[in-house]
Amino acid sequence: MSSGVFVVGLGAITAIGNNVAGCLAALEARRPGMGDMHWLESVHRGEIPVAEVKMDNEELAAACALSGTGSGRTALLSLIAAREALEDATGSLKDAGIDRSSLRTGFISANTVGGMDKSERFFADFLSDPRKGRLRDVVQHECGSVTEWVAEQLGIRDYMTTISTACSSSANSIFFAARMIRHGLLDMAVAGGTDALTKFTLNGFNTLMILDRGYCKPFDENRNGLNLGEGAGYLVLVSERVANSMRAAGHGGKYYCRLSGYCNANDAYHQTASSPEGTGSYLAMKGALEGSGLQPADIGYINLHGTGTQNNDMAEGIAIRRLFDPHFPAMSSTKSFTGHTLGASGGVEAVFSALSVKHGLVYPNLRWQTAMVGLPFIPERAFRKNEPIRHVMSNSFGFGGNCSSLIFSKD
Amino acid sequence: MEFYIQAASAISPKNSLSREPDYTSLIDPKLIRRMSRIIRMSVAAALSCLQEAGVSNPDAIVTGTAYGCLADTGIFLSKVVEQKEEMLPPTAFIQSTHNTVGGQIALMLHCHGYNNTFVHRGHSFESALLDAMLILREKEDSKVLVGGLDEITDISQAILSRFGLYRYAVAGEGAAFFLLTGRKTASTCARLQGLDTFYKPKDDAEIEDRIHSFLASLMLRPEDIDLVIMGNNGDIAGDKIYGQLASSPFNGSAMIRYKDFCGEYPTSGSFALWLAVDAIREGRAERVLIYNHYLGIYHSLMLVSR
Repeated sequence: MSSGVFVVGLGAITAIGNNVAGCLAALEARRPGMGDMHWLESVHRGEIPVAEVKMDNEELAAACALSGTGSGRTALLSLIAAREALEDATGSLKDAGIDRSSLRTGFISANTVGGMDKSERFFADFLSDPRKGRLRDVVQHECGSVTEWVAEQLGIRDYMTTISTACSSSANSIFFAARMIRHGLLDMAVAGGTDALTKFTLNGFNTLMILDRGYCKPFDENRNGLNLGEGAGYLVLVSERVANSMRAAGHGGKYYCRLSGYCNANDAYHQTASSPEGTGSYLAMKGALEGSGLQPADIGYINLHGTGTQNNDMAEGIAIRRLFDPHFPAMSSTKSFTGHTLGASGGVEAVFSALSVKHGLVYPNLRWQTAMVGLPFIPERAFRKNEPIRHVMSNSFGFGGNCSSLIFSKD
Repeated sequence: MEFYIQAASAISPKNSLSREPDYTSLIDPKLIRRMSRIIRMSVAAALSCLQEAGVSNPDAIVTGTAYGCLADTGIFLSKVVEQKEEMLPPTAFIQSTHNTVGGQIALMLHCHGYNNTFVHRGHSFESALLDAMLILREKEDSKVLVGGLDEITDISQAILSRFGLYRYAVAGEGAAFFLLTGRKTASTCARLQGLDTFYKPKDDAEIEDRIHSFLASLMLRPEDIDLVIMGNNGDIAGDKIYGQLASSPFNGSAMIRYKDFCGEYPTSGSFALWLAVDAIREGRAERVLIYNHYLGIYHSLMLVSR
């Protein structure tokens, strides 16, 4: 098994930007993406803020150079970000004289809603009469259909699969892609995830009473819940052999970082709530550190799961205290910008984490005012660059007790 | 590396005669009441598999499901539409996520280990199985619980019928779980020698090539296979390849059309694997090849032997 898996391409679309550069500019300018519901049609408009990608489906399709809006929003978001990541990587590979078509390439994606945005429309007619509803509105209902459609658009056929583990979905797809590369089954993979805002998830989270009616305040004592967001985020991962060829051709500097550690653990406490002691989060972070051979003090920045709910932030905070005390790295939740993008969040935040390692960036945790009782650390409030960061941890925890942590390293 | 199946358990129309079995010997009746049918079927198959293997807490739980928890998804979606997003109860939403079964099993076993759920159409179970095999390659002494599950609901039946899926094929469903290890023990019931999956082959010749190279990679020839379990579902165009393979190169092997027992569903490969293990356990076969394709798009090969 070869040891290294390297990040050579990034792509993202969220409420704060339609590409990686746009997202980064918003992070630096402290410009959050949440606001009144504009594109999603729901009775909760005006009452529950959301972090929407600022385009309707026709504009998203146009951005994919497709005509019409045949595809659902989850797939369109996925294609935009995955294509950006692949083009980013292809440029670097080409510079190094590597022909992409010679690499066994996989598309390992994740989502939780599939084509639910269109299934909702179908259902309104179908419920009145089971012979009604346009069938083309449910062809992407399955999560896997979204991946399949995007893989076809990208021309990736060697391997594709889809993971759905709620809010940790795309951390697990990055994790799985890295393992396939390490086992020699793939040379390169586009890995991450996507999710669109839907009435289904908005109302689902609303019934759990964990949606903030204002803008979320992760890791603040007076936090009131999360804001739902949407988007997609992907990394292009390559094997050590491909990375070495890039280095040998003098283009080693083109890669962003190495994926040095990962771990998936289960909280096994409750279907939707985290255990008070954050067992799953603790085990995921600890396992990722062990896998990378690092000590807690080596981590320079943690991109927190930090949803802004009472339950998550306390469980995650306690797990961090237990593992890192007394060496607390800089920490922040970029969900204070993007909202919680569910199945996309692990991918989006992996993109932010890779940029953090590459450029020494620390992102601000917006709207933070009051330290949480019982936690001996507070999140970062300023955007900082050129920090001497060597290792970044990215946390993704979710329903079903599914907890995953990834570590990105320089060198 | 080879993989050892320590136990296999399936809930399917074949062994439950289209009725759900009594789960009270496996699951607390109080919990059963709160579970949807897919969760009950899957948790029962998983627990019975662990019981058979004598494993109380596996190191990893990996599931594959194309549709996830359809009944709860249907309930919540219908309520969102009918009640115009007002006064919705949370239960169906909570149980609608695709990882509900994996999470429930972990919760019942207090299992903090690796937990993953694959949802890739006709390769959902095969992806889960690949993950399980990678875990064993990474840590040979792990015990991995891996399963495939999908359910039919009135809604899915109505919609998939409109797509023409059941014009020839019979709608199927089921849950099948396996306990895999990287080491042989006295209670090993079968050996999983290989798994291969491929997507949209361009023609039948490519399928035959894949099968030959799959067997060759395991140092086997078609005549070494004494039982072939195939995925015929009644669709004439889709079944053509199975007929060709049965006449050559597998004319010397016994054949089972496994969907006659479990119907057509995207994770039916898990039932086929259970059937292969069963044939080996009962001494009816020494070396079994499973070949299935889902809608001609997702193809999979598994080799199971004594």
